[in-house]
Amino acid sequence: MEDNHMEESEHKLETEVAPALIAVHPDQVSVSVSVGSDLRVFSLRDGSRVKLVDETGGHKDSIRAIRYSRSGRLFVSGGDDKLVKVWDTNSWRCIYSAVSEKRVTSLAISGDGMFVCFADKFGVVYVVDIGDHNSENPAPVNKKAVPILSHYCSIITRLEFSPDGKYIITADRDFKIRVTVFPKEPLNGAHEIQTFCLGHTEFVSCLAFISCQDYAQGLLVSGSGDSTVRLWDYASGCLLDTCDVGAKAGLLHSNQRQEEVLPAITDLCATSDGSLVAVAVQSLPGIMLLGCNFSARTLSVVKVVSVKGETFIPTSIGAAPSVPLLWLVMGASSLQSNDSALLARVRAVSGFTANTSETTEPETSVLEDTEIPGGEPLLQALQGKLSIGEEAFSTAAEAVKTAMRNLLIKKQYSAERRELRKRGRNDKKNQSPA
Amino acid sequence: MASTETNGEKMLEVSNPTHSKTTGLPRKRFYRARAHSNPLSDSHFPVPISPSQFDCTLQYPQFLKSDSSKKIEFADIGCGFGGLLISLSTLFPDKLMIGMELRDKVTEYVKERILALRASNPGQYENVSVVRTNSMKYIPNYFEKGQLTKMFFLFPDPHFKEKNHRRRVISPHLLDEYAFVLRAGGIIYTITDVEELGVWMKSCLEGHPLFEALSEDELEADPVVKLLSTATEEGQKVERNEGQTFRAVYRRIASSLPR
Repeated sequence: MEDNHMEESEHKLETEVAPALIAVHPDQVSVSVSVGSDLRVFSLRDGSRVKLVDETGGHKDSIRAIRYSRSGRLFVSGGDDKLVKVWDTNSWRCIYSAVSEKRVTSLAISGDGMFVCFADKFGVVYVVDIGDHNSENPAPVNKKAVPILSHYCSIITRLEFSPDGKYIITADRDFKIRVTVFPKEPLNGAHEIQTFCLGHTEFVSCLAFISCQDYAQGLLVSGSGDSTVRLWDYASGCLLDTCDVGAKAGLLHSNQRQEEVLPAITDLCATSDGSLVAVAVQSLPGIMLLGCNFSARTLSVVKVVSVKGETFIPTSIGAAPSVPLLWLVMGASSLQSNDSALLARVRAVSGFTANTSETTEPETSVLEDTEIPGGEPLLQALQGKLSIGEEAFSTAAEAVKTAMRNLLIKKQYSAERRELRKRGRNDKKNQSPA
Repeated sequence: MASTETNGEKMLEVSNPTHSKTTGLPRKRFYRARAHSNPLSDSHFPVPISPSQFDCTLQYPQFLKSDSSKKIEFADIGCGFGGLLISLSTLFPDKLMIGMELRDKVTEYVKERILALRASNPGQYENVSVVRTNSMKYIPNYFEKGQLTKMFFLFPDPHFKEKNHRRRVISPHLLDEYAFVLRAGGIIYTITDVEELGVWMKSCLEGHPLFEALSEDELEADPVVKLLSTATEEGQKVERNEGQTFRAVYRRIASSLPR
């Protein structure tokens, strides 16, 4: 039993590692990176790091979700300290801070900016009525979060509003994507389930919408621990296509040990017209670009954009709809081997935009540090330092991968171990063997 | 699975030691299980990825031979030893019904019971089956939107402690999922001998915008309502002890939410 104890506490330490996250203002006015409990915002308009104003003292533990509202007026952050903070992006003042009962895993802001939703580790989604907040009147919001729906005790990995605002979409570690009607009065709960998108065979890790002119509602893409990206008609729950990214990226080696799991998809980001979807995959130094064919309703691999020079495996990606630039971050909180503890490395890929020609590959290139908007001041602000040792990258990649696996993949115990535990149960002790 | 089949064959020869020699039915003493199972723990049994991958022909081989388009319409959630299912099977011979139970030994018992009944009553009990699953987690993996017309929650675990209320099989958030698999007009039947739980289940259903209570006349006219307290093993136990039962029967209504 000693062994099991050791094993479990070891797991616990590893799950504490949180990946670095990136979010881009919809007009690329600012770029935000979170690593550990640190929230770093760089204003591209001012060319300087933003000073956050928060009377309650900021986040106390790893941040697990950050994002801007569609208009860019609001920004939300939340994480393991069970706090959800809503920031006004003009003053960068925290206008609302909610305490969740459990750790916060995901966040979303409704399209009109009126409601902030957050999901906790027990699978409950809460809503806060932020109201028609405007910067002229930065009064703190003083409202309580109300539970509106729940996945039965499954960690919710992503929370999204559909582009038309009709639905709230939740993805969980039990392979499910649930599409729920977002009611006019969300404080009374979201009871009407439109559908479930079922098909993934491992946890669902990320969601993104792609829209096109002749299909306003858009389609949903999801990434998963099963190493696939899937395309859905999310109003009907119909699975349209499956793209086996892990296999296509050449990440499956035949010499891998049997128990080695497939490289999980960690993040997705689509261009505003939906023709390109960027995919971040565990073990892939760079990103993969998928193309969506709307008439055929298919997803296919367009190309792999490799990052040269360092083992850069992005943990989070983001883009502003109006700018053809994809932002990438790689990093992790609390790396034990590293004294400086936090690693964050920001890169950007140009040419992330509509595919003008069907036949030619999009012209993409990984920008040099000097070419990135904001340049060195941005990197200094978001990374914390300019140069990072190569060793830190591989440590971070491994730590983030293990943490994700421990958090989201169900532990498989051997038959013997389960038998052993069963025999140790109190009600069995007194039973004589049959 | 393999063991079930060999048991089934043996049973026909009336030589299975776990089955009664006179009736051919399995005997409960060989299928003892703990009274409770933790619905929150990670499940390690196979679950269909989606309803389309739930193979009903394995559950109802004879029935689906004649009409392969039929879908399951009744679900007994936490069916226990299957008393209600057996009664419903003959009351609704043209409907497919399934019991869902988390405790694997109890599920095994119900499986054996159904096989034995099918063997001794040819042509009957072909419309009833059981599956071992956690219905609180996996209901949408088994049923499509609006597939069911009746759901049963008979004598569920009361989970008295407040911190364990989220383990109750009737809760405001789980009702959303039940409303999803029930079609408009479908009925949800609940009964318990624990007053506190009865009040809880009723208030959950009462507060849900997609359910409305059946009227007294409708309850009187529904033959299933009488079975709630008489058909199940738990119900019979309560009756023997002259205990009280608390019932809540509600109908799934079409959405009235403003959209």
